[in-house]
Amino acid sequence: MSDPIAQLIFLIVKAILLPVLIVLFVAFVIYFERKFAGFFQARVGPTYLGPWGSLQSFGDIFKLMSKEDVTPARADKPVFKLAPYIAFIPAFLVMAVLPFGPVGGEPNLFGYRFDYVIANFDAGLVLFLAMCALGVYGVVLAGWSSNSNYSLLGGLRAGAQMISYELAMGFSVVGVMLMAGSMSLVDIVDRQAGNFWDWYFIPQIVGAVIFFIASIAELNRTPFDLAEAEQELVAGHLTEYSGMRWGMFYFAEYVNLVVVSAIVSTLYLGGWRAPLEVLDFIPGPIWLFLKICVLIFLYMWIRWTIFRYRYNQLMSIGWKVLLPLSIANLAVTAVVVSLVG
Amino acid sequence: MVNPAIDLVIQLGIMFAIGAAMAMAFISISHLLSPRSTNPNKSEPYECGVVPKSDARAPFNVHYYLVAVLFVLFDLEAVFIYPWAVSLRTLGTPALAEMFVFIAILLVGYVYAWKKGVFEWE
Repeated sequence: MSDPIAQLIFLIVKAILLPVLIVLFVAFVIYFERKFAGFFQARVGPTYLGPWGSLQSFGDIFKLMSKEDVTPARADKPVFKLAPYIAFIPAFLVMAVLPFGPVGGEPNLFGYRFDYVIANFDAGLVLFLAMCALGVYGVVLAGWSSNSNYSLLGGLRAGAQMISYELAMGFSVVGVMLMAGSMSLVDIVDRQAGNFWDWYFIPQIVGAVIFFIASIAELNRTPFDLAEAEQELVAGHLTEYSGMRWGMFYFAEYVNLVVVSAIVSTLYLGGWRAPLEVLDFIPGPIWLFLKICVLIFLYMWIRWTIFRYRYNQLMSIGWKVLLPLSIANLAVTAVVVSLVG
Repeated sequence: MVNPAIDLVIQLGIMFAIGAAMAMAFISISHLLSPRSTNPNKSEPYECGVVPKSDARAPFNVHYYLVAVLFVLFDLEAVFIYPWAVSLRTLGTPALAEMFVFIAILLVGYVYAWKKGVFEWE
């Protein structure tokens, strides 16, 4: 078997295994979100289906599948049906550029080289930002095509919020690009080789915090979930959706949560690398998984602890605080990088 | 798996196909399982139980448009900064000074938009 054919087989195996594992993981992330929400609010959360209610998400999926899929009469039907796909698919393309273990080097599997990444793309970080921008389309088109006042307002709010925080996100990652000298996620992880004090969250602490806050807004989670503020907008852009189409938006939100946590750990927390060099015998995917779990817990903790901001506060934070701070971080990093080399 | 550019298209294409297949599977299984009943009242847009008086194709705040225009400006700036950031070490100090001039020009526009109250939502 020649090497290109082996690589093609590896590619197919990786491309099937990684999304399926992430989607299964997402089912449990949704369960843990509800369980933690229960604990944070002194309730018990889901308890009936499976041990400690752990199969609740699967029950929910079957329930959603057996519910009617209503399309409003006045909706823009093709766009209304397309919007859930636009929200769902971009996260899968980001998975392709995500390194979950060592890439390149010596043959490591049956005499062939197995790369722990699906696509070793030079501009992986730009692909991630582009896919974040595509996520805005899903939300805005869902809001517009529903032809309902609540949906329209929710979609507009979400669109304006997401593009505002995307700017802060786009500028804060420039610090990482400057330090790594690359836009490839594989290279960025390689530059963070060593112990945990070599990771970028120490020199790039400002950028890391900005990126994390912007990612909460990008994921439309509390304290920045203005798009779905129940008390004022019913369910925002999701008001007219029902059944599995609504379920796809919900699912996409959590797939994005996992993928964004993976990107945060790749950019600032050393990706698949062990925190100490002596722990390198534990394989990379396990470390990445642990980091993703910690970050997801952090997102949940914030969601169930901090109140929702008002819309003008949200826009002020995005445009008047995070954007100037991220540009200042960029300038300082650029000066330091060009002085130190 | 020979030419990097073609490889990338194949790799991203497979991921796109898997995402799309998963989404379509969800929707088509739900179409097999779900009941269907039509009713003119059910397909009205939701308006807290009353019959909607206005269409949603209505004018909305111009602020959203201003934010979108500013986003395009700053995101383009960011796209210009990315290749510069990657090659700053090889370009050296002159490139640093040039980029500072570029950012300063755009910051003038930012301050102007701030003074004009684009970021004020009341």
